[in-house]
Amino acid sequence: MSTLARKKGVGAVIWDYLTTVDHKKIAILYLIAGGIFFLLGGLEALVIRIQLAVPNNDFISAGFYNEVLTMHGTTMIFLAAMPLVFAMMNAVVPIQIGARDVAFPFLNALGFWLFFFGGVFLNLSWFLGGAPDAGWTSYASLSLASPTHGIDFYVLGLQISGLGTLIGGINFLVTIINMRAPGMTYMRMPMFTWATFVTSALILFAFPPLTVGLIFMMMDRLFGGNFFDPALGGNTIIWEHLFWIFGHPEVYILVLPAFGIFSEIFATFSRKRLFGYSSMVFATVLIGFLGFMVWAHHMFTVGLGPIANAIFAVATMAIAVPTGVKIFNWLFTMWGGNIRFTTPMMYAVAFIPSFVIGGVTGVMNATAAADYQYHDSYFVVAHFHYVIVGGVVFALLAGAHYWWPKMFGKMLDEKLGKVTFWLFFIGFHLTFFIQHFLGLMGMPRRVFTFLPGQGFETGNLISTVGAFFMAAATVVLLANVVITTVKGKRVGADPWGDGRTLEWAVSSPAPEYNFAQIPLVRGLDAYWIEKMEGKKGLTPAEPLGDIHMPNPSFLPFVISLGLFIAALGFLYNQDYAWGKWVGIVGLLVTLGAMFLRSVIDDHGFHIHKEEIMEAEKKGAGA
Amino acid sequence: MANHTNSGNPNVDLAYRRKKNAEEMKFQVISFILMIFLTIVAFFAVGYEGFSHWFSVPFILLLATVQVAFQLYYFMHMSHKGHEFPALFLYSGVFVAFLTVLAFVTIVWV
Repeated sequence: MSTLARKKGVGAVIWDYLTTVDHKKIAILYLIAGGIFFLLGGLEALVIRIQLAVPNNDFISAGFYNEVLTMHGTTMIFLAAMPLVFAMMNAVVPIQIGARDVAFPFLNALGFWLFFFGGVFLNLSWFLGGAPDAGWTSYASLSLASPTHGIDFYVLGLQISGLGTLIGGINFLVTIINMRAPGMTYMRMPMFTWATFVTSALILFAFPPLTVGLIFMMMDRLFGGNFFDPALGGNTIIWEHLFWIFGHPEVYILVLPAFGIFSEIFATFSRKRLFGYSSMVFATVLIGFLGFMVWAHHMFTVGLGPIANAIFAVATMAIAVPTGVKIFNWLFTMWGGNIRFTTPMMYAVAFIPSFVIGGVTGVMNATAAADYQYHDSYFVVAHFHYVIVGGVVFALLAGAHYWWPKMFGKMLDEKLGKVTFWLFFIGFHLTFFIQHFLGLMGMPRRVFTFLPGQGFETGNLISTVGAFFMAAATVVLLANVVITTVKGKRVGADPWGDGRTLEWAVSSPAPEYNFAQIPLVRGLDAYWIEKMEGKKGLTPAEPLGDIHMPNPSFLPFVISLGLFIAALGFLYNQDYAWGKWVGIVGLLVTLGAMFLRSVIDDHGFHIHKEEIMEAEKKGAGA
Repeated sequence: MANHTNSGNPNVDLAYRRKKNAEEMKFQVISFILMIFLTIVAFFAVGYEGFSHWFSVPFILLLATVQVAFQLYYFMHMSHKGHEFPALFLYSGVFVAFLTVLAFVTIVWV
């Protein structure tokens, strides 16, 4: 049953990935799918910037602009950033805590396929009558009036992919609580693992409100409900609250893993222990906690009243404190360190000033009275792109370069990596810095064009030029990936030479069982401790024995496919008679696959001791 | 002495276990009786004409909270060691749900 180092045909490889429950392969699936959606979202961004390059432009129509704008936001948040974050988590976290896999490998695969089908469903809207066009926030007062099926694609697609995210979050919570190696206490967990833990808790609490909101919207649009229609006794503000009770924690769901990635990179390439580790942990937890008490700062101008606005303004500003703690800890990690400016480290260093700008404008937005000026202007657009691109995308690019050898066994080319970095860094600031001023000068967000003579021409043109720099960076990155895959040399366990955490103790890529023997963790930066004591490998915590592995399964794919079919059917429920029946068939496929999963006893298989010893001799493993 | 072994097996110290179990049984019976009593009180509060809804509805909600606590702590053993994480996540969930409900009864324009 073991598949160690066996040559396979293309079909076998595809089948392997369709049925895999291995966290390392699921990480690659997340990376590929998230990467494709990232390119798609990037193309949409380019279309937006081309349209806004000059005044009175007619590159695309106003209606199509709304669709492109909506899909850019929705794709980037739900289908690019989140799965790429999950790619990093899957690739690294189980190995970092000294585990052989996540707690529920089957659910891990299910989470991926739900996300994937949800994303594909959402993007089908381009070909089936028009994409959603009410902004990524899809406020009910606007989206209920949308004439096409776009919003229905949004509502159903996000429900499916949201289910996947929720499953993933719960999986990582259980994994981190239950699967840590002996000696891996909470306060010895690497910072990225801590970030994953808090992020997963945020997912657990933030996604249910979104799901409730989406179900209300689905009822209103497809099944004759009226939760949001004031004319029928509903309340349109309920959607805004539900969306932002999810939406604000979502920002932290994205940025906390980014903080975790940078914490690893700063420590590794400064060759120093992370400064103020315990305060970093505390700050991460505090940001997660405060993240739930600030959602109404997105709604200052709704008219909640001065008391609510004041409370949410102060709570929002409070988040700057733990974030500041983190910024200083990173700076002090570098201070006195033996710094190496590798590609990931350059992203990390560039991240600090970029993110601080985003944070400062965040505090400005949090000032409720001033927000009446900033609201719905390009200032807000500039702000959130500084935190999400300057924080999350930088982290994902840094993490991709940093962990690429761990995921694929080959180093990305450093020269091309640095070219990517400089193009992206310059392009990013060129695009978004000027938007602060466009906003302050009065340019509203989400407009499809602007008139000449209002002083917006130069700023918008600069912004568009910057967007092309970022596109060029992405092209270089893709070229780098192709060149590395074709010509790259295989690397050993610790290709950066300064690895501190457990993932650098196993071969690149890790064998399917991760650790031949579960390691004994003797402190923070477990691998670094062993290296400093002159040891080659980790101290084992168990004798070498047979390893129990889960069987691959095609059912996660089928379960998700069923929901995809069901969503397609219910979408056309009101238009065609077959809609309902297709929906029911889809649900039956899902429930049938779940039934099979319940009744078929699957005990997994064992990799025998002899096979492991042979694989270890060939250089796999720890 | 069997009672002073450090084997970690809770069944070793039988006398202690027996005492503990008896104690726990006592608590469970008491909380069971209390829960039935509270349920009767709740029925009474609704049935009695003399109380207005402004009294009986919050009162029943209070009784429900007490019952949930009994259920969690005495029947689902949340008072025992090793339940810190379920407790943490339970209370966090309650907190988020409370905030949501609070927002919906205060700041939605109705």
